[in-house]
Amino acid sequence: MSIVIYIAVMAGVTYLIRMLPFTLFRKEIRSPFIKSILFYLPYAVLTAMTVPAIFYSTGNVLTAAIGTAVALILAYFDLPLIAVALAAAASAFIAGIII
Amino acid sequence: MRSQFLKGVYQGLPIGLGYLSVSFGFGIMAVKAGLSVLAAVGISITNLTSAGQAAGVTVIAAAGSLIELVFTQLVINIRYSLMAISLTQKLDGSFNTLKRMTVAFGITDEVYAVAAANPEKLTPKYMYGLMSLPVLGWTLGTFLGAAAGEILPAAVSNAMGIMLYGMFIAIVVPPAKKSSKILFAVIITAVFSLIFYYFLPAVSSGFAIIISAVAASVITAVICPVKEEEE
Repeated sequence: MSIVIYIAVMAGVTYLIRMLPFTLFRKEIRSPFIKSILFYLPYAVLTAMTVPAIFYSTGNVLTAAIGTAVALILAYFDLPLIAVALAAAASAFIAGIII
Repeated sequence: MRSQFLKGVYQGLPIGLGYLSVSFGFGIMAVKAGLSVLAAVGISITNLTSAGQAAGVTVIAAAGSLIELVFTQLVINIRYSLMAISLTQKLDGSFNTLKRMTVAFGITDEVYAVAAANPEKLTPKYMYGLMSLPVLGWTLGTFLGAAAGEILPAAVSNAMGIMLYGMFIAIVVPPAKKSSKILFAVIITAVFSLIFYYFLPAVSSGFAIIISAVAASVITAVICPVKEEEE
């Protein structure tokens, strides 16, 4: 299948998800159950994408594990997204040189 | 009105810089998955979303179906609908339908967070300014990553493959630290995801992410419903 079709479908779905509620929405969601699911969903999605893929993201499980540990520690201390992302890559890089 | 635009640009600067380096990682990842530089940049400029794009590339690389692609984007990006609804409560009176349709394109986690934290009503000019550097940074970073991913030494590009995931950790850990309910959802999701990866490899990664995340969110919502003040 053409890459252009894939990209058009991805972009279309992503835009409609943002545009339709932003343009049309006028009232509030009431169901506490639905609200609860939607509250947890982003964290769950990010977790499902990260575990276990992060351990295979550098081509070496050991350097990836070291990068993951550094990211977890820095994120625990509320460092900005960019600092955590860079430190994870830097520590994986340094670990790759030493190992 | 001009100062509203500049105020937005200024507040969008750190987001743009952050996106520049994170999308560098996406560019590398996309090229590694077999996409061209042009395709990687095309995805970034039309989608403007990290997790959705990473999952989308996974589906594309595996030559997955369009249905799978649609469902993946729907589930991963549905949070933007909530953010969009939340932001509609703060728009000033000059937002007509066309302006809403334009600004909607730029609603990302970080743009939403900054706009939502703004004490004033949101004007169209402010939102255009706020979106501009994140869009530029995200696109430019993807190009540099996708193009330089082929030039950089393997040791560097390999290490940078972890950047996007590092950012995901930085988004999840702080709220999980403060809320045991979120931590619970995160742990269940991780268990589901590990089961899919190691014991059910026949399930494609896109669907494994969706099923793990939705199942864990529903289970957590049943066990620990969210009260109004926690949101």
